[in-house]
Amino acid sequence: MPKKVIVRQSSAHLPPETRRTNFEEVVCGYSEAEALTEAGRCLQCKTPVCITGCPVKINIKQFINFISKKDYKGAYKTITEANLFPSICGRVCPQERQCEASCVLGKKQEPVAIGLLERFVGDRAQQNDWHETHPVEPIDKKAAIIGSGPAGLACAYDLAKAGVTVVVFEALHRPGGVLIYGIPEFRLPKEVVFKEIENLRGLGVTIETNRVIGKIHTIEELMTRLSFDVVFIGAGAGYPKNPGIKGDSLNGVMSANEFLTRVTLMHGADFPKYGTPVGIGKNIAVIGCGNTAIDSARTAMRLGPDNVYIVYRRTLEESPARKEEIRHAREEGVRFIWQTVPVELLPDDEGWVKGMDCIQRKVDETGLHIDSKFFLYADTVIYALGTMANPIISRTTPELKIDKTGYIETSEDNLMTSIPGIFAGGDITRSTGTFTTVIHAMSTGRRAAKGMLEYLKAGQ
Amino acid sequence: MFEIVRIENFSPSTFLWEVRAPEIAHAARPGQFVIVRCDEKAERIPLTIADFDVVSGTVTVVIQAAGKSTFDMKAYKALDQISDVAGPLGEPSEIENFGTVVLVGGGLGVAPVFPILRALKLKGCRTISIIGFRSKSLVFWEGRFREYSDETIIVTDDGTYGEKGLVTQPLKQIITEREINRVIAIGPLVMMKAAAEVTRPAGVRTIVSVNPIMVDGTGMCGSCRVSLGGEVKFACIDGPDMDGHLVNFDELLIRQKRFSKYEKKSLELYEKKCQKK
Ligand SMILES: Cc1cc2nc3c(=O)[nH]c(=O)nc-3n(C[C@H](O)[C@H](O)[C@H](O)COP(=O)(O)OP(=O)(O)OC[C@H]3O[C@@H](n4cnc5c(N)ncnc54)[C@H](O)[C@@H]3O)c2cc1C
Ligand SMILES: Cc1cc2nc3c(=O)[nH]c(=O)nc-3n(C[C@H](O)[C@H](O)[C@H](O)COP(=O)(O)OP(=O)(O)OC[C@H]3O[C@@H](n4cnc5c(N)ncnc54)[C@H](O)[C@@H]3O)c2cc1C
Ligand code: SF4
Ligand code: FES
Repeated sequence: MPKKVIVRQSSAHLPPETRRTNFEEVVCGYSEAEALTEAGRCLQCKTPVCITGCPVKINIKQFINFISKKDYKGAYKTITEANLFPSICGRVCPQERQCEASCVLGKKQEPVAIGLLERFVGDRAQQNDWHETHPVEPIDKKAAIIGSGPAGLACAYDLAKAGVTVVVFEALHRPGGVLIYGIPEFRLPKEVVFKEIENLRGLGVTIETNRVIGKIHTIEELMTRLSFDVVFIGAGAGYPKNPGIKGDSLNGVMSANEFLTRVTLMHGADFPKYGTPVGIGKNIAVIGCGNTAIDSARTAMRLGPDNVYIVYRRTLEESPARKEEIRHAREEGVRFIWQTVPVELLPDDEGWVKGMDCIQRKVDETGLHIDSKFFLYADTVIYALGTMANPIISRTTPELKIDKTGYIETSEDNLMTSIPGIFAGGDITRSTGTFTTVIHAMSTGRRAAKGMLEYLKAGQ
Repeated sequence: MFEIVRIENFSPSTFLWEVRAPEIAHAARPGQFVIVRCDEKAERIPLTIADFDVVSGTVTVVIQAAGKSTFDMKAYKALDQISDVAGPLGEPSEIENFGTVVLVGGGLGVAPVFPILRALKLKGCRTISIIGFRSKSLVFWEGRFREYSDETIIVTDDGTYGEKGLVTQPLKQIITEREINRVIAIGPLVMMKAAAEVTRPAGVRTIVSVNPIMVDGTGMCGSCRVSLGGEVKFACIDGPDMDGHLVNFDELLIRQKRFSKYEKKSLELYEKKCQKK
């Protein structure tokens, strides 16, 4: 008799009608029973291909085995050997393109829900206050980390564990980078990020907020007056790209970064209890269809509008956003307008946007383009067209080699920049062939930490 | 946390804060600004650095109560603590011996002109200051200006002190009568726009300090965008100093109203709260 197939366990979700009205986390995560059932699906392959699909090579097979044995601490230890923040990555990694895309079960049925299992373990650890407690043997070396996004945090963690004195300099008033100012609460509760950062402080890492490096201290000063031995630049690529069409400076038009920062970092949804307004209207058009666009549309949905549209120049299949997020957005009422480019934003009498002229381009069976022009009524336009390298550091560090578009160049093997002792990683460096993701930023942070430790050793 | 070491009231709506922030004082240059967030619930408010002192480790800002957030700031007392001060931000002003420079300050803009004036004077420039206020009771820092200016002209809108009129009137006269190498104008947008129009025909390089609405002040949000000669610039990282002849002031004036609906609501609530007290 064939073995009974256990189907992939889905996590409970908040129903769309309720979640549209609040910022609570949408995906509830596994109960212990669900986690055990899901872990039981894993075949414990001899050659676990899932691991090759993971950018930081978590020993997935082993941690799932620990879950099956209910040794959750063992599972946590296994994960944190490769990934310091399972509660974060379990929530935001595009597993369907990484580990889960490789899982052998995926060929015949659905892959193991590796992400949900990882989150289950991470959340257990947070609930029980487990830390990765390595005895730290201090060495007489100082490292400065610029930026507290995932790249900087991961780098800080590894250096601190090796006994280096670590100071993280963050430009904003709160550490976490995109995790704290960009990704919305309903996808990544800020409490989860705070706890992971507290762990880091527990290891002795100092975090200095409100410090824009290049302004308050130059990199040169860090290495001289402030006597750091090594520096890691993880400043992210936060500079938003403009639409570059007529009317993009109108009131009511803003970047996704501005919109998300106003809501997520500044608590704009609670205006006037919090001082920062969001300033959106009732008909909101989001241009673009990546993660940032979807996050913007879903955030806007929670502020009580009449309509939220996503306007995207390509098709659903070509969208770089996670399919799960597109589904969530649809369930919440976001409407998608595919193969459409806005060509002009039109003003009302007072300089506010009142809508946009769009062209929809479809291709018929014979390959002929059929264009149709239409007007979309919108009193708010949010553009999410990607970001570019932030120039603050490169402008104040002339010796630092950057590429034509402003990204910092690093050596492939140890991620050192053109200046000895200065390393870089995350979104401010450009690596070909990968998406800019949280886990990719973390993995470069860790690779740089390794390079930095070797550099420090060689210099002794 | 940052301590306010000294407060000075210039008028019922304008006041000075001297804040302890040694590292910022060490790095600050004329023309730069800070972003202040008073407490957990507060907005991030950009304020130009009006003075900085490495020895005492302080930076000074002059604030005009314009809306809810800046009214809230009026309630602070000396030795109170505020949560966040980030800076210095923005590009420093160009400081060189340019020859003869006219420095124009309007209203609160008088404060941020001061460190530029001082630095230019110390570089050897000949300095002519024109500072304007609505009325005599609002005049501040006259002595500091006289100390570093070869000539100081004071104007008031109502004529209660100095010459009666707007700063652009003496500016126009000086530009037509003398050889001027550079003009620096800081104040309300309409004033900077008018000053730039006065100097445009003569082609005298005119630097203004733009103040669009900001959030992060690090180039991340684009809220502070300014059209400069048809190109998009971010005031927080490319400015706030900009070429006054290239700035699109009309666009800036409209963008200043981006949140006016909310600012009004905020202020109404604030006033209600005050009445209750
Ligand atoms: C809205 C949104 C949603 C996303 N969703 C996902 C997702 O679901 N999954 C995923 O994997 N990825 C996602 N991403 C991408 C991911 O967040 C980024 O790739 C990742 O955060 C990059 O990490 P980083 O450490 O390089 O930079 P960042 O996270 O950008 O952090 C950089 C930090 O450096 C600080 N900084 C900058 N300049 C200076 C300076 N001069 N001095 C001091 N500090 C400075 C910044 O303030 C910031 O805090 C998303 C991105 C956005 C914007
Ligand atoms: C680079 C820069 C330097 C500045 N320097 C000073 C200074 O030295 N002293 C000072 O008193 N003010 C300065 N400002 C303006 C100050 O930041 C605003 O007055 C303040 O944020 C208004 O907040 P509010 O809640 O009190 O008023 P609101 O009710 O929010 O607004 C009142 C008025 O101020 C304008 N405003 C609101 N927010 C901003 C903002 N972030 N930037 C500019 N204007 C705004 C509004 O359009 C409105 O006209 C500066 C602004 C910038 C960008
Ligand atoms: S590939 Fe899938 S089934 Fe095999 S070990 Fe990895 S998670 Fe388990
Ligand atoms: S204030 Fe955000 S980019 Fe300038």
